[in-house]
Amino acid sequence: MAREVSFDPARRGALKCLAFGGAGTLFTLSAGVLTPIDLALARNDGTGKAADTGIPLFLQISDTHIGFNKDANPDVIGTLAKTIALVNAMPKKPGLLIHTGDITHLSKPAEFDTAALMLAQLNITEVHTTPGEHDVTDASVTEYFSRYGKPSQDRGYYSFDHSGVHFVSLINVLSFKPNGLGNLGAEQLEWLEKDLRGRSASTPIVVFAHMPLWTIYAPWGWGTGDAGQAMSYLQRFGSVTVLNGHIHQVVQKVEGNITFHTARSTAYPQPNPGEGPGPGPLKVAADDLPRMLGVSNVTLKRHPAGLSLADTTLA
Amino acid sequence: MIRMKIKALLMIPALLASSLTAHAGETVISIHEFMFSPTAMTVSAGTTVRWENLDGEPHTVRSLDATFKSDALDQNDSFAFKFDKPGTYRYVCSIHPQMVGTIVVKGAN
Repeated sequence: MAREVSFDPARRGALKCLAFGGAGTLFTLSAGVLTPIDLALARNDGTGKAADTGIPLFLQISDTHIGFNKDANPDVIGTLAKTIALVNAMPKKPGLLIHTGDITHLSKPAEFDTAALMLAQLNITEVHTTPGEHDVTDASVTEYFSRYGKPSQDRGYYSFDHSGVHFVSLINVLSFKPNGLGNLGAEQLEWLEKDLRGRSASTPIVVFAHMPLWTIYAPWGWGTGDAGQAMSYLQRFGSVTVLNGHIHQVVQKVEGNITFHTARSTAYPQPNPGEGPGPGPLKVAADDLPRMLGVSNVTLKRHPAGLSLADTTLA
Repeated sequence: MIRMKIKALLMIPALLASSLTAHAGETVISIHEFMFSPTAMTVSAGTTVRWENLDGEPHTVRSLDATFKSDALDQNDSFAFKFDKPGTYRYVCSIHPQMVGTIVVKGAN
């Protein structure tokens, strides 16, 4: 089930595209060098101790799509409840929850209310969010911001610090240019440059947004048109982790010191890029579904400083 | 059942041509497999255009100049807008901006 990919630090600059959807692979990120460890091994012998020795930093949950009720998963509340139970059963829980968007399916008030009630059942008190395009489809774009707009003063982007790690929440779902990718926009990019200016290059940085901040598949809009500008501000940092959702599958790549990672959904899988007419819900056999849903867990390692990232599925 | 039949009929124009001229009244654009069908449509002023989403994935209908703006349309939801002013209206699905369409409104004669 787990997929292992070999990372040679000497080659890391040349690495482009890595793992597709390998369930249960743990990635240890240490001073910008990513080392994958098979999670099954990590559980059974001593090779994967990194999984347990770091400080739990945060949990990433994504694409809960509360309100979805089609064949691909008629019970998204049930799978979110299972996810919550799984997280609450983890021996060491992080202090932060980051939801990388598509909290709801149709931006309806009742969907947001249900999601909030459910997420409140997690034994994690500090919650950070960035909206997905499904969260901002109400014509006035008020449902998301009336609930989650405060940290960003309704701009959608903000930063905060936790355990010596600098977190940046970006928004890339408010532009809808024809045939366009996600978009950050000049104002947000200017803010980001200022936000990062003067910070020590040894500060671990975590950036999160809903749509991938790298182009995975342009015909489906799986990318962010002006993300390159943002990456140019991040390049000088020794450890940068870029987390996204949107595509309902794990895709990861490393460029220099920047690790890009997309999380699974808790609701339903989506097709591999380019398979089928569009990025809609993928119906799979009921037995396979739990293996295609899950969360990501990020741990902070002090010696040497860096982050490790593990994906956990519901089965 | 009747609803399904109506939908099937509504989809026929999409199969015939990518650009159609409709006359005043109501005309339908179907949203199916991540496409607006027909993609381009010409109507006379006073026509109401109704978009119907047949996909299991929600879509929106948003004109680039903000003249019309739907909420998310779930499967079998629809959104209607009456075009009174002649002009060319380009629109997208804000969830999937690769989905684009155009409505050309001609003056009533």
